[in-house]
Amino acid sequence: MLLDVRDLKVSFDTPDGVVEAVRGFDLQLAAGESVGIVGESGSGKSQSVLALMGLLADNARVTGSATLQTDSGGLELIGAKRRALERIRGARIAMIFQDPMTTLNPHLRIATQIKEVICRHRGLRGGAATQAAIEMLEAVKIPDAPRRIRYYPHQFSGGMRQRVMIAMALACEPDILIADEPTTALDVTVQADILDLMAELRQRTNVALLLITHDLGVVAGQCERLLVMRAGEVVERGAIDTIFASPAHQYTRDLLAAVPKLETPHFARVSS
Amino acid sequence: MRYENGWSMSEALLRVDDLKVHFPLGGGWFGGAASPLKAVDGVSLELTPGRTLGLVGESGCGKSTLARALTGMVPVTSGDIVFEDNTIRHDRAASWNALRRDVQMIFQDPLASLDPRMTVGQIVAEPLRHLRPELSRADRTRRVAAMIERVGLSQSQINRYPHEFSGGQCQRIGIARALVVEPKVLICDEPVSALDVSIQAKIVELLQQLQAEFGIALLFIAHDLAVVRQISDEVMVMYLGRVMERAPSDVLFDTPAHPYTRALLSAVPRPDPTIERSRRRIALPGELPSPANPPSGCVFRTRCPWAQADCAAQTPALRAFGEQTRVACLHAETVVKDRLATAG
Repeated sequence: MLLDVRDLKVSFDTPDGVVEAVRGFDLQLAAGESVGIVGESGSGKSQSVLALMGLLADNARVTGSATLQTDSGGLELIGAKRRALERIRGARIAMIFQDPMTTLNPHLRIATQIKEVICRHRGLRGGAATQAAIEMLEAVKIPDAPRRIRYYPHQFSGGMRQRVMIAMALACEPDILIADEPTTALDVTVQADILDLMAELRQRTNVALLLITHDLGVVAGQCERLLVMRAGEVVERGAIDTIFASPAHQYTRDLLAAVPKLETPHFARVSS
Repeated sequence: MRYENGWSMSEALLRVDDLKVHFPLGGGWFGGAASPLKAVDGVSLELTPGRTLGLVGESGCGKSTLARALTGMVPVTSGDIVFEDNTIRHDRAASWNALRRDVQMIFQDPLASLDPRMTVGQIVAEPLRHLRPELSRADRTRRVAAMIERVGLSQSQINRYPHEFSGGQCQRIGIARALVVEPKVLICDEPVSALDVSIQAKIVELLQQLQAEFGIALLFIAHDLAVVRQISDEVMVMYLGRVMERAPSDVLFDTPAHPYTRALLSAVPRPDPTIERSRRRIALPGELPSPANPPSGCVFRTRCPWAQADCAAQTPALRAFGEQTRVACLHAETVVKDRLATAG
C-alpha cells in the first residue's frame, strides 16, 4: 500500500468553539491507482488531504494515522517534523489546486518557479535546470515552450496556467498527485483538454491520483474508485462503476439525482 | 408581421438587433487609432414573456458583456434595443431609466453582489425605494416581506446581514431584490455557477416557478450546458463576440449544427463511467484568439476541424438550417453529415 490513512480526524479551535471538519477519513491508495473524493462544500474533502500534506491552518488539530510507504518501511505523515514533510511535498506527494492564478507567484517568471522545484528536489542547476523545465512544459503540451518559459503567470490563459501547475507538480516524478478541483475554474473545452492531459501523464508516469471534485462527471471519466463525503465523514466508498450503477447510501443517490443531465431534460418543468 | 424566426412582433418583449459593444483600445503610435476590442459584435435576440433564452459560451465570448449592455451597465456601440416597441436611446441616461424597473438582473457571486452593511430587508427594499417611490412605507415593507417569503426565506431573517447566509440563500436574496419591483425581464448571469449541485437544482426550480407565476422573460447565461438545457426554451451559442448557433433547446442539444456547438457538447463530462469511457471528444486545436485581434472571416475557423479556405474570406451570417436551427457556418451541411457518418 502506497498510502494508508486510518481514522483521520481534523478539528479547528475557533472563538466559537471546536469545529469538527473531518470526523473519520480512511483511505488506502495503491501505486498508480486513481481515487476520486466527491462531496459538497464543507464536506471535509479538501481538509482531509491538506491534513496529509501538513498544510492545515495553525488552529487545526489532527489525529489518526497516515502512513506513506518509503524505502525504509513507512513514514507517519501525521505529526511528522516539518523538515520530513518538506522532503515529501513535491518529491513524493505533489498537489495542484483549483485556481492556478493564486497558486503561482505573480512576480516571478514561470521559469524561476519551475526551476525552484527542480533545484530543490532534483539538485539540477543553471542551464540543466532550465532545460529540464522546458522539457516539463513540453510534456504538458505548452506550445513554444523555450520562449514561453520566460512569461509571467498573467501572460498565460487559465488552462495554460493549470498546465504549468501540472508541470511543476510532476517535475519530480512524485508517487502521488493530489488534485483539488483542478478544472473547476476552467471552461468546458479547456477542462476536457486538462483531463485528457492528466490521464495521459498518469499512464506514462504511473503516478497515483487523488482527485477531489464536486463534479461527478469528472470523476466518472478519471477514477477507478470513489469516496463520497458528507459532513466530515465518508458515507460511501467503492468501485466507480458500482457506485454510479447502484449507489448504496441515500446521500449518494441524492447527489447523483441532483446532477443535471445533458442528454435528457431533468428538472421538472413547471407549467404555467 | 412576423420575424424571420417565426415569432410575431407582439410576442417579443425585448428585441435586440445587431448589437455591438466595442471597447476602444488606446491609440497606436503616431496617432493611428488601434482597432477596438469587439466584445459583442452583431448579436440579435428576442426575449418573450414566460420563456427562457439560454446563452452559452466560454470565457471571453462576450456573454456577460451582452448582459451588461442590456441593462445599460456598459455603453452600447451600435444596434437597437427595443423594449415593448420603444427603442432605447442608448446614449441617453433617461432612456435607460425608463427600463430599470422592467429589466432586472441577478449575478454569479451571490455574496459579492449584496452590500455587506445592509440587512436583507434593506437590500430588498432598496430597488423599491428608487423605482417605486410612490409606494408608502407600509406598502413597501409589506411587499418586501412577501417577496422574501416567496423566495423561500423566513421573515424572521429580514434583519440579518448577508454574511449570515449560505451561498444558496444569498442567491435567493438576489432574486428577491430583482423581482420585488415586478420586472418583465430578468437577466441571470451565471446565477448558479458558484453553488453546489443540490442547491443549483433548487435555485433553478425557484426561477422556473417564479417565471411561471409572473410570466417573466428570462435570459439565462451559463457555461454549464446541462443546466442551460434544463431551463431554456431556446439556446444561443456565442464564440468571440458572435452568435454561432441558435435553436430550440432540444434541437440544439440533440442535433448541433455548428462545429463549435458540437465541440462544446462533446467536452462535457457525463456523470456515468460507461459513457465516459466511450466518449469521443472533438478537440479544439490551439487557443482562443484575442478578441482584440479576431481571425478574418469566421472567427472560429482557426480552431475548427472542418475549416475550409473560404472560411477565412467570408464571414458567415446566421442562416436558417433545418427547420428550427439558425447557424453561422458555411459548411454546416458537411459537418452534420460527418457527424452522422461517425455516429453510425
